[in-house]
Formats: sequence, C-alpha cells, structure tokens
Amino acid sequence: MAERTTREFLLGEGAGTGGGPRTIRVGVGPAHPAMHGIIRILTELDGEVIVRAEVEIGYLHRAFEKECEQGPWNNAIPYTDRLNYVSPLINNFGYCSAVEKLLGIDITERCKYIRVILSEISRICDHLTCIGASAMELGAFTVFLYMIKAREFLWELIEEVTGARLTISYGRIGGVKADLPEGFGDRMRAAFKQVREVLDEVHRLLTGNRIFMDRMVGVGALSREETIAYGITGPLLRAVGVPYDVRRAQPYYVYDRLDWEVPTQEAGDNYARYLVRMAEMEQSMRIAEQAMAELPGGPLNVDAEGRPVDPATYVDLGKQGKTEGLLLLPITLSPNLAGSERPAHARVNVPDKRVVLPPKEHTYGSIEGLMNHFMLVMDGYGIRPPAGEAYFAVEGANGELGFYVVSDGSDRPYRVHCRPPCLPPMAALPRMVEGQMIADLIPTFGSINMIGGELDR
Amino acid sequence: MHGQAILERLAERFGDAIVETHAHRGDHTAVVTRERLLDVLRACRDDEALAFDMLIDVTAVDYSRFPGREDGPRFEVVYHLYSLRHNHRLRLKVRVSEDDPVVPSAVGLWPIANWLEREVWDMFGIRFAGHPDLRRLLLYEEFVGHPLRKDYPIDRRQPLIGPKI
Repeated sequence: MAERTTREFLLGEGAGTGGGPRTIRVGVGPAHPAMHGIIRILTELDGEVIVRAEVEIGYLHRAFEKECEQGPWNNAIPYTDRLNYVSPLINNFGYCSAVEKLLGIDITERCKYIRVILSEISRICDHLTCIGASAMELGAFTVFLYMIKAREFLWELIEEVTGARLTISYGRIGGVKADLPEGFGDRMRAAFKQVREVLDEVHRLLTGNRIFMDRMVGVGALSREETIAYGITGPLLRAVGVPYDVRRAQPYYVYDRLDWEVPTQEAGDNYARYLVRMAEMEQSMRIAEQAMAELPGGPLNVDAEGRPVDPATYVDLGKQGKTEGLLLLPITLSPNLAGSERPAHARVNVPDKRVVLPPKEHTYGSIEGLMNHFMLVMDGYGIRPPAGEAYFAVEGANGELGFYVVSDGSDRPYRVHCRPPCLPPMAALPRMVEGQMIADLIPTFGSINMIGGELDR
Repeated sequence: MHGQAILERLAERFGDAIVETHAHRGDHTAVVTRERLLDVLRACRDDEALAFDMLIDVTAVDYSRFPGREDGPRFEVVYHLYSLRHNHRLRLKVRVSEDDPVVPSAVGLWPIANWLEREVWDMFGIRFAGHPDLRRLLLYEEFVGHPLRKDYPIDRRQPLIGPKI
C-alpha cells in the first residue's frame, strides 16, 4: 500500500501558516500538454511569479550522432528526417550539403532550385505549426485548425514529391531522390493561394486581438545583447532587430539570385517573434515562386523518345545478348521510382559515379551500371570522402542548422555532429521567464518552437 | 575579414599558442594550446577586427580510432565561432589527452557555453574547469560511460531507472 501523502507535499514546501521558505516549486512536464514533445521545466514560484526556472532536456535522445557513425554516409539521411520532424527536408539538405562540401562537389543547378523550393515549403510548414500551436495554447483553437489546414495543403505537395509526409528521406548526397512531378508548379501556386488566404484570416484573428496582445506583448523578452551572447539565431534573433539569416549572410544554393527580404522586429518579445514568423512565411512563398519560375532544365519530366519497356523484358533482352541500343531504351519503372528515370536523374544529380547511385535503367540494363550500383552500396565501399572535416550551415526554420562532419577516408562518417537551432533558446528560456507569471511560460515556450527531435537528437 | 587573415592575426598575436592552422574546403581552423585557450577565445570575442560575438557550437571528436592518429592526444574539443559584425567564421580546436581530459570553461565568455559544454561532458567525458554546473545534459545521471567515445559499444545496455512499480 502506498504511503499517505502529507498536505505539505501537496501544497509544496512552506505551505500553510508556518515559517520556512515562501516559494513553492512546481514542475511543468515532462508529459504536459503544452510541452510540445517531452521536456521538463522546474519552476520556483512566489505566488504566481516565477523566481527561478530550470530546464531539463534529453527525454527524446535517440543517439543520432552515434547511429550516424555505424553505417555508410547515405544511411544517416533517414535519421536526419527525425531531427526537426516538422521541416525534415531542410535537415536532409543540410546534412547532404555538409557531406558535399567535404567531398568538394557542386550539385546541379536544377537540384539547387529544387532544394530551395522544398526548403521554403518546409519552413512555412514549421512556422504554421509553431504559430498555430502557440495560439491554441492561448485559447485560439480556430487559428490552430486553420493553420493545420494550410499545412495540409503544403504537406500534400511534399507528399507528391517525396512519397511521404514526414519521414521523407528525399535528399541524397550529390542530388535528390527524384525530380519534381509534372504540373508541380501549378499545384504549388494553387496551394500558396490557399495558404495566403489562411494567413490573411489569421492576421485578422490574432494581429491586434486584445487577448492575444495581452498575452504576447512584452512577454518573454530577451535583450539584444543577451540573445547574441546565447548564440540564438533564426526568428528569435531577427525579433531583436539583428537581420542575420544564413540564406542572406552566407548564401548557399541560389538564395543570392532571388529577390526577398529578411523581416525584423525590434521588441524581442513573443509578439515580435510572432510577427517575424508571419512575415517570413510570405517571404518563403516569394522565394519558392521565383525559384519555380526560374527552374532550369526545361519542363519537368520530358517524355523520353521511344517506347517504354518493363524491366523484366529489359533484363531478358540483355541476357539474350540483344544489347544493341538497349541502354538508350527507356523502361517503365515502379511508381515509387517516379522522378528518377534516366533523364530526370541526370537533371538533378551530379555526374559523379563515386557519389550518386546510377539510374535504375543502368543498374538493370548494363553490367557497368550494376557494378557501379554495388560499388556504392557494398559494405566497405560506397561514398568515401577524403579525410578531413567540414561545417555547413543552412537556415533551418528555427535558425542556423549546422552539420559538422569528419571523415577518416572510409565509407562511414567518423563523426557527425548536428548544431540544433532550438538548443540555444532553450538554454536561455530561464532568462526569458524569470520574473514573469507562470502563465507566461506557455506562450514563451511556444514562441521558441522547441522541436524535441532536434533538441535532444 | 578573410579566413586566412584571421589565422594570421591570431598567429601574430599569440605566437606559440597557435599549434597549427589549416584551411580545408573553405573552413579555417586554428589549433590552440589548452593553456592559452581562454585568452584566444577572449581575444576572438573582443578584438575589434575579429569580433566573434557568437559561440555557435562546441563539440568534440574522439580520434582514438582515426587512422594515423591513434597515438596522439585522444580528444579534440571543437569551437565554432561566428561574427555578426564581420560575417566571418572560425573553427578553434584544442587537443586533450585521455589521462587528463580537462579544458577551461568558456562560460564566463558566452553563457551558451554552459549547455554546450555540459553536452560534451555528457557524450565524451571531457571536463570543463570552472564550469558552474557540470551535469549531464541529454542523458541521465545514472548513465554509465560516455557514449560518443569510440570505445563505447553501440549495443551496450544501461540499467533501467525510475520508480519501482
């Protein structure tokens, strides 16, 4: 039988009329509905005011960095999906770019545009989730439903390209898994039209809403100096008036060729962060639309000449020695290989046989292709970057997402380290909430947009 | 400031404290002696021409299984710095041996070093002298060993903790 709990235990130390300390300790989480994911915040309260707070993380630690060291370089890509699971494409591309930097290869133009377009769509998804969830916790459930609706339109786009909604594993070292499907641009513009309508509605519901403003303005603020000292990047840094964005400061892919702005605010409170995120979604759509319009490589999925044959017949022809012109013959591939047919494959991947798997037509249809394939997937072979190290940063939805990779020249990463963008703001959370009310913890925590997967790795 | 110029400025100012410098794939790196690490970090932050106001990341690498480096100092603690004012980056490294895995803490320079160094302690067992609160960050206190060391097997089981039911 369990021991009887005492009243002191229920009410906290110092409860009642006796002496003793005047503060009580309240733990929020790890399984609290407002702690997106699992995290524990220990607070010390004087009445309703937070005197001290301490953050405990690690509940979602899955040994990402250790796991990466166990398999070939490409094996880490599915693990990166599970870092920031609201915008997994950005993680994929960040990791791939770090390895590409280590290899010293440059991806194709078309691939750069595709990565930009998909990164921006992911960024919008992330901001929609962040604002929707924070608004819901302040009682605006409608906003949450609207925003999840908008996110659904975007996830449908992502599903169409990658074949999955969340665990997309779409990036490849040296390229991407598949080209964009036909008609993607039109569907993207249609989805953006609906997202813009939602954002407009949300602006009318929240921006200027008395209740929302009361909970957000002046709450959770951090000074400019402290934000920088804590190494905070992303929307939280831009909310204190520092226009730092990796896409602008150290442009990668084709961000320097596109016309867009870095939205900033001065106040540094939750409301400023909300405004920055709302403005960034519009900029992301601008970027994606421009990139889509300038996408090189002509229309998507050009029909290859000739009649497609099925792979079994193709292999039979090869076995019978009827190989003349066989390599040029297109074959019908399984639907889950759509977008990686030979012409599409060449458009989005680097022509480097040491890095990128050959198109399936080559693997099935020629001994050279088959050997090339095996040389990349066999244990002990595969992608072997020269010994060295590289750090590559992309602008994730929450700030600078960096990958530090070390190679010893073998086919396995010697070390992969991820610099998660939401770790610094979580470390600074106590500074944001101390002296504020316990209820202010919820919107402040929401404005950080902590993602357990990337925080705990 | 260009990466090479940063390295030259550091070498000029600290001389022997800079053990080695290199640039690989556009990343400029300086290896610093442990004794002068804090001086170099402070200079990086406060020197007007360098002005590295952000400590982006602290991590470590265990080189005990790296071909050709098995006998050298086992660990390298890696600092990534970024300057908002000048938009340049620098990587600083300090080598420590297995017998004496202690590095001076940078908490006094950047508050974020607190969590980043706790993570390095957690994963590699490298201690940071002068750290105010060196506890594990991602794992729990009952965890035995430091999992990102190369001699920690991936399949080792750890005791279950928590209230007994």
